[in-house]
Amino acid sequence: MNAAEFIEPFARLMDEVMTPAAVRAAERGGDISSLWQMVQESGYLDALVSEEAGGAGLDLGVVHGLWQILGRRAVPLPIGETMLARALLSMAGQDAPDGPIVLAVMTGNAPVIVPLGQIAQHVLVENAAGLTLYSAASGAPQGTGIYGDLSARFQWDAVSGNSFAKPEAGLRAYAALLRAAMIAGAADELVQRTADYAAQRVQFGKPIGRQQALQQNLAVMAEHAVAARLASQLGCAGGLPISPAAAATAKSVASHAAALVANTAHAVHGAIGISEEYDLQLLTRRLHEWRLADGSENYWNRILGAQRLASAAASVDFVRSALPCAAR
Amino acid sequence: MQSDGHKQPRMNAAIVGVGTLFDTLTLAALPPEDEAIRPAIRQLIADAIADLPSDRRARSWAGFDAAFSRKLGEAGFLGLTLPKAYGGQERGPFARFVVVEELLSAGAPVAAHWIADRQSAPLILNFGTEEQRQFYIPRICRGEFFFCIGMSEPNSGSDLASVRTRAERTDAGWRVNGQKIWTTNAMYSDYMIALLRTSGSADDRHSGLSQLIIDLKAPGVTVRPIMDLAGDSHFAEVFFDNVDLPADALIGAEGDGWRQVTAELAFERSGPERIYSSIILLDAWIAHLRHVGRKDSATLDLVGNFTARLATLRAMSIACTARLAAGDSPVVEASLVKDLGTSFEQELPIAIGADLAAWPDEVVSDDLHRTLAYITHLAPSFSLRGGTREILRGILARGMGLR
Ligand SMILES: Cc1cc2nc3c(=O)[nH]c(=O)nc-3n(C[C@H](O)[C@H](O)[C@H](O)COP(=O)(O)OP(=O)(O)OC[C@H]3O[C@@H](n4cnc5c(N)ncnc54)[C@H](O)[C@@H]3O)c2cc1C
Repeated sequence: MNAAEFIEPFARLMDEVMTPAAVRAAERGGDISSLWQMVQESGYLDALVSEEAGGAGLDLGVVHGLWQILGRRAVPLPIGETMLARALLSMAGQDAPDGPIVLAVMTGNAPVIVPLGQIAQHVLVENAAGLTLYSAASGAPQGTGIYGDLSARFQWDAVSGNSFAKPEAGLRAYAALLRAAMIAGAADELVQRTADYAAQRVQFGKPIGRQQALQQNLAVMAEHAVAARLASQLGCAGGLPISPAAAATAKSVASHAAALVANTAHAVHGAIGISEEYDLQLLTRRLHEWRLADGSENYWNRILGAQRLASAAASVDFVRSALPCAAR
Repeated sequence: MQSDGHKQPRMNAAIVGVGTLFDTLTLAALPPEDEAIRPAIRQLIADAIADLPSDRRARSWAGFDAAFSRKLGEAGFLGLTLPKAYGGQERGPFARFVVVEELLSAGAPVAAHWIADRQSAPLILNFGTEEQRQFYIPRICRGEFFFCIGMSEPNSGSDLASVRTRAERTDAGWRVNGQKIWTTNAMYSDYMIALLRTSGSADDRHSGLSQLIIDLKAPGVTVRPIMDLAGDSHFAEVFFDNVDLPADALIGAEGDGWRQVTAELAFERSGPERIYSSIILLDAWIAHLRHVGRKDSATLDLVGNFTARLATLRAMSIACTARLAAGDSPVVEASLVKDLGTSFEQELPIAIGADLAAWPDEVVSDDLHRTLAYITHLAPSFSLRGGTREILRGILARGMGLR
């Protein structure tokens, strides 16, 4: 399978429809239904659904490339979440409804904040009963009051519906791996934009990118962006079902990179990066949101740390068997 | 807002079609036939390290054991990337990655053959004459010839192009005068591949440099070991006083030294030794945590953090190996992985020290205590040897179009 065959048309589609203006319009509560229609018709929402069930049956490693594009373009639609939900529903023999689906993990009936919850039509919820698809409206979505934020707070009191078994690693691992790949895409975009800006912006009679202090910071920024990419690729390498170690490695490294990359991007851009009009913030705000969503680096470190301490293997052996660079 | 000098490029305008930065560095897997080498090399390593405590094993590629290197050669674990015609195994960089990973992970004493196997033999293969290949490479593959790297001088560290040690043409070949320093294993080595000035002056920088293979037994060579801050002597000063060498000491073309050294550094920087220098300490610490049964959330956080980064760095190192396997000279990629890798290696002893001393009532074994101190003291060298952190970041900045 040639990955580029699937990734390039998707990249073109996102470039075409997900302009900064479109991203801003969606963030301000604009109607996204025609955008969603286009995505739906493209067939990519069933990227992870098996070919027998009518999907594209793509490897998770290829889908990683699609997820990175979602991050790169700060796409304000839950395309990655819907891909995962549709695959999980299909594996459980359930029909997936049209419309955007987001993913949530509930403990008891405590409220949960879910990225892009305000524009979702459905929520795939993990709770004690397993996985259940709810209508978004049934969870009484509330905005967060954060500027430009489309996430929503959901709460369900009574749990009912057609539940099915959750994946062994839990839904949070799936969402975290998606976030990690999106962070990698956004981080790469930010490194390139920041390097371009540093080459253009002149102070003291020369481009600021000629200053060694900035070069060194930009180099470190690039290292962490590449680490996020490799960590999330590594997380996807094992395919479905996703293992806790795969999700943990990807999200730990990517979340750590997210804050560092966002900080350096802003530092190099100076004041203009703080302005709403300038596009930088579309990406840096996302990085901070995705860093914390579905478990920060600390959360996943604890999961991975417990698994590591349960093993008597040497570190390299542990890593080789729990996190192979190729399909298991 | 200020002048329109920095009018923003619109999000799409400048970026459409631009690929991923450093996209040649991408996830790659070790081929199964190379993975299959592990059991055999493990067996050999187990015998060599059976009596070594952690703090000795932590020395790994500074641990010298000529007999072990010869055993590796006999068993076919050296020269894995080199052609069979010259006594190599013709297996490629992935096979070498597997063997090197096993050696480092166990802390086997690999210093004797390390440099010859990693960079001298590939250099001779790439740039040497047929006679030079026939003479040196088979003996390197058998673990019989040991090499050292003669780049740094007292006044030429990061600024390598400023080297002053000269080689002048004579009727019979070359005459060398000057001094090298920090030369790892010079006192045990048979040969040095030295970067020397063969024409012009230090002001000519990159032109006028050549590489010569210097027989360290030649008259006029003096090797004076330097003791390091942990009491070991693994590097040395090397003096050349009218050292006469034959014409065929020149390796590659006269005046091509800078280009050759750049290729050599890609081999020097791209291996897993740039992520595994503190691995023996990490394993000793994890064994300690398991022994005392500590599982609080701060501990799990730290263990998980190190594990995630180790897994990622390993994937990055394999990705770099894949570039070598594809025939590239991954100068920028190797710098990226080395800088991130050495940062990790340096953070381990600091964080592990803080952790252990945060639990003063836990009994720490003498072995772990010594290993921690050794790695703590040596760790600053991890981002010096093979090119400093600042220099590597400069290479990255150039790769990003900033210089
Ligand atoms: C354990 C060990 C083994 C070694 N083995 C060998 C060997 O086998 N063969 C060999 O040839 N050499 C060897 N070296 C030497 C090593 O290559 C040098 O230490 C290294 O190149 C740096 O040179 P220097 O130590 O002279 O430091 P300097 O170049 O003097 O640097 C000192 C500081 O200044 C910074 N600096 C210098 N120039 C710049 C610049 N342009 N921009 C920003 N910062 C700058 C450096 O990054 C560093 O922080 C070894 C070193 C060590 C520690």
